[in-house]
Amino acid sequence: MLTALLVMTAVALVLGALLGYASLKFKVEGDPLVEKIDAILPQTQCGQCGFPGCRPYATAIASGEADINQCPPGGEEGIRKLADLLGREFKSLSEEHGVEKPKSVAVIDENTCIGCTLCIQACPVDAIVGAAKQLHTVVAGECTGCELCVAPCPVDCIAMEPITETVDTWKWRYPVIQIKQAA
Amino acid sequence: MINSPFVRKPASVQQVMLQVLLALVPGIAAYVWFFGAGILVQLTLASAAALAGEAAMLAIRGKPKALFLSDLSAIVTAWLIALTFPPIVPWWLTVTATLLAIVVVKQLYGGLGQNPFNPAMAAFCLMIVAYPALMSQWPAAGQLDFSSQLQLIFGGIRQVDAITGATPLDALRTALRAAANPDSQLHGLRASQLMDGPAYGMLGGKGGEWVALGFLLGGLWLLQRRIITWHIPGAFCLALAASAGLLWAVRPEGFASPVFHLASGGAMLGAFFILTDPVSGATTPRGKLLFAAGAGVLTFVIRAFGAYPDGVAFATLLMNLCVPLIDMNTQAPVFGHKKD
Amino acid sequence: MLRKLFKFHGGVKPQTHKAESTTQPIARVPLPERLVIPLHQAVGGHPRPLVAPGDKVFKGQRIGGADGSLSSAVHASTSGIVRDVAPALMPHTSGLTTLSVIIEPDGEDRWGELDKVNYRTTPPDELRDFLRDAGVVGLGGAVFPSYAKLKPGKEGRLKTLVINGAECEPFITCDDLLMRERADDMLKGIVAMRHMLQAEEVLIGIEDNKPEAVAAVQAAIAASGQSGIQAVAIPTRYPAGGAKQLIRVLTGIEVPHGRRSTDFGVQCFNVGTAYSIYEALEFGRPLISRVVTVAGNVDQPRNYEVLIGTPMDHVVRLSGARPDTDRYIMGGPMMGVRLPAFDVPVVKATNCILVGSPALFPPPPPEMPCIRCGECAKACPADLAPFEMYWFSRSKNFGKAQEYHLFDCIECGCCSFVCPSHIPLVDYFRFSKSEIWARERDKSSSDAARDRFEFKNFRQEREKQEKAEKLAAKAAATREKVAADNQAGTASPAAEAPDTAKPAAPSAEDTKRALIAAAMEKARQQKAQVAPKNTEQLSAETQADIDAIEARRAASAATPPTPDA
Repeated sequence: MLTALLVMTAVALVLGALLGYASLKFKVEGDPLVEKIDAILPQTQCGQCGFPGCRPYATAIASGEADINQCPPGGEEGIRKLADLLGREFKSLSEEHGVEKPKSVAVIDENTCIGCTLCIQACPVDAIVGAAKQLHTVVAGECTGCELCVAPCPVDCIAMEPITETVDTWKWRYPVIQIKQAA
Repeated sequence: MINSPFVRKPASVQQVMLQVLLALVPGIAAYVWFFGAGILVQLTLASAAALAGEAAMLAIRGKPKALFLSDLSAIVTAWLIALTFPPIVPWWLTVTATLLAIVVVKQLYGGLGQNPFNPAMAAFCLMIVAYPALMSQWPAAGQLDFSSQLQLIFGGIRQVDAITGATPLDALRTALRAAANPDSQLHGLRASQLMDGPAYGMLGGKGGEWVALGFLLGGLWLLQRRIITWHIPGAFCLALAASAGLLWAVRPEGFASPVFHLASGGAMLGAFFILTDPVSGATTPRGKLLFAAGAGVLTFVIRAFGAYPDGVAFATLLMNLCVPLIDMNTQAPVFGHKKD
Repeated sequence: MLRKLFKFHGGVKPQTHKAESTTQPIARVPLPERLVIPLHQAVGGHPRPLVAPGDKVFKGQRIGGADGSLSSAVHASTSGIVRDVAPALMPHTSGLTTLSVIIEPDGEDRWGELDKVNYRTTPPDELRDFLRDAGVVGLGGAVFPSYAKLKPGKEGRLKTLVINGAECEPFITCDDLLMRERADDMLKGIVAMRHMLQAEEVLIGIEDNKPEAVAAVQAAIAASGQSGIQAVAIPTRYPAGGAKQLIRVLTGIEVPHGRRSTDFGVQCFNVGTAYSIYEALEFGRPLISRVVTVAGNVDQPRNYEVLIGTPMDHVVRLSGARPDTDRYIMGGPMMGVRLPAFDVPVVKATNCILVGSPALFPPPPPEMPCIRCGECAKACPADLAPFEMYWFSRSKNFGKAQEYHLFDCIECGCCSFVCPSHIPLVDYFRFSKSEIWARERDKSSSDAARDRFEFKNFRQEREKQEKAEKLAAKAAATREKVAADNQAGTASPAAEAPDTAKPAAPSAEDTKRALIAAAMEKARQQKAQVAPKNTEQLSAETQADIDAIEARRAASAATPPTPDA
């Protein structure tokens, strides 16, 4: 009886020590969940989710403060991926946060721009170049299509133009699997 | 929409399966010649059960019936079951085994192309575990006429022990074990001497060796048609012969000769028709060699040291288990990445 | 002389259907009513349009200028008027449009001024620029700008120059006819390429189902007296005409995916490319036409010399398309491109217009599950395991598909050709590849966006902090100064703040008041001299604007009466 107790205690102690050591040795720096969520988010930085950027939203999802269906640019696919990652049920996009739109870029009408720099300040990714009283222009390659520059413009000279498909971006579709036999 | 290539070789799963069935015919002919037409009844029973099971499962799973029933894969499974089972097992055993193979081992895993195990061999193993006695009663060549076979298959009462015995493989093993025992009257006899009974032929079991030859012929035809490659039959026969030959060379009084192993039981059927099932077998050339060699060694080990009459079925299932691992680790280097 | 030939793994032998279109010589095509010349016809950057609607162009005039490090020029195929520079349907499965120059021929077919060049005396760089501006691209189907390939490797010389006359795709015979009829000129092009590449030997690989072509090329070699050039008949097996496969067959070298063949001392060109290089160097004629096979569901399959930009149905009409025609395919039946319409233009990549019908190319029987029979792996000329790649492509497990070397797939179609389950394997691989590319694009752009966003936040934070630090430093400095002043007895900070009229009482409040005064003074000073930013590089105009504004500001500052004035 006593031996058994001693053995069990010893085993418990050894295993406990091992676990303790492992938790120190393999300590995970940072919050990998936030990183993973952030990697799924589209990085539009539009703030439609109610958080100032994608990473804050990722942090909020990880801590349970925000739901997974608040990101319109990520769309259904994004929600599906988040649901997969977090093991939650899929939900459709929350309407109060916006609707899914085709990916667009901002285009500044050069004839109307007065060079007020308001859009430059609004742009979350510094994709608009220009200086005070000088014509601004959008670097299309860096624009995330967040639309944050549209509202501040005092002369309404920024339009969102959907990105059209080219041969370079065209994709082969998933081959159709014939389920029903051809008549 | 259809994209390139716009032309195709006239090949289909149905054609592949049809050729496999045709290749089985010489073996079946020899079977009928030596053991009677009872096997034809079993083949029919198994085919009907397979088609019925397949049709029911396809209906439940909402798959096109005509397309999948006409691919003949269920018939191949059915024939392999009938050919590996003793020809006088009761009808319900054949039917149950076939349904198990088709419904559980094939369709529940996703149907054609998805089953990790060879359906026929899985059914064989299940049945030999469930009904060891029924599955071990083999009539000797020419022992039973067609009517008594029919009676055994469909009749209720069986007094089979009187008329049937174990397979030559089984019998020889028993005899060899007896020969090893100093108290036995067989003590000291060698395998070649033990094989002097009426159940034995020139190489293996009487009649059985001709059936094996039939399967070998069919298998060679499949090789010539490029339905199968040499890797699996070659490696299996070599491994079986090598492992049997090794122990036979060391202790000829304790083990049967490699030729006997090749000519007996399900060796030829296994080498050319069972292990070559592409769905549950290895696919890379090197993988096929490993897969079949493993099966050959296991077959010998089970035959020589196990309790079951033949080892092909268990060896196949065991190697089926290893297929993902084998395939993953035997991928051939691709174009331009070879080390010369 | 017999050469040791090598084998490549796999391959298939589809019916060749080549005899039908080789009975007659290459024919000319009458001028169409209009030519639609896409600006982007070759691998690389999109050429810029050099003409505008209404312009008159000569035959051979450059209408699209090469743009970027890899790009090739485009030329007017005949003389006429530019009607439009607008997006037009391109010969591509997607059915998308691309910027094209639409020319209405004037019927004169008049050449503009042509520059010739002597390749023996011209420096290689200039020669390459010349070929780029002549729009010479690979005519085997890949349309890779040839100038970019005409660079010998690191060693400055090449072991073997492989000329591809294999033409392994069924139905296509344009290279065959070109070799039969224009072997001498083609050979001159080859000699020029050999000179540019400093190639030791030249091997012209021709499938042995084209004995006439082999004989013609051999005769041309003998007549030219060139040594080290050899026409080699190779076994007919698709895809022997794939560049990698042909190099393997002729030299035994396997060029892996993603590596340059020049690293292995080999370079490969199509026979048609050799001919167009000859045309460009000898006569200065840019690539404005090519030989095109019209075959398939037509009454008289034949080869034509077709101007780039000619609508395909204009050419097919000459061969007589049968009534049940339901599609055109650009290229052969194994790798050809299903076209979205009949009137898409012939481009530099068009080696064949394959006219299809449901009878000629019946739809495949229903797709069955993969039974892992390994036929595809046996047929794959890239030694891949297509059924494994299919499995992972189908389940969209792209990482795994790449582990099985998805990108080594050359999409030759052998696997789909042999599959007994009739699985469109190549379609799955095309799907996976384009999906992986799209994801990589998305990922790199979202990574860039994340970096830029984080940097902006960091910058704003830094600016805020710098401002705060500056303010704190200033405040501390002022406090010290005031304290020092107090000690010295000067109770009034009038020197610093002359506008605080009231003399400060020597109380505890002094310091605070002094601080406020100092701050106000500082603000006033700041107002007085607003430091303009970004003024290092201003044009004279802007400078004048700024001066005017400064003048106004000074004036307005002067006018209102200040309370303390």
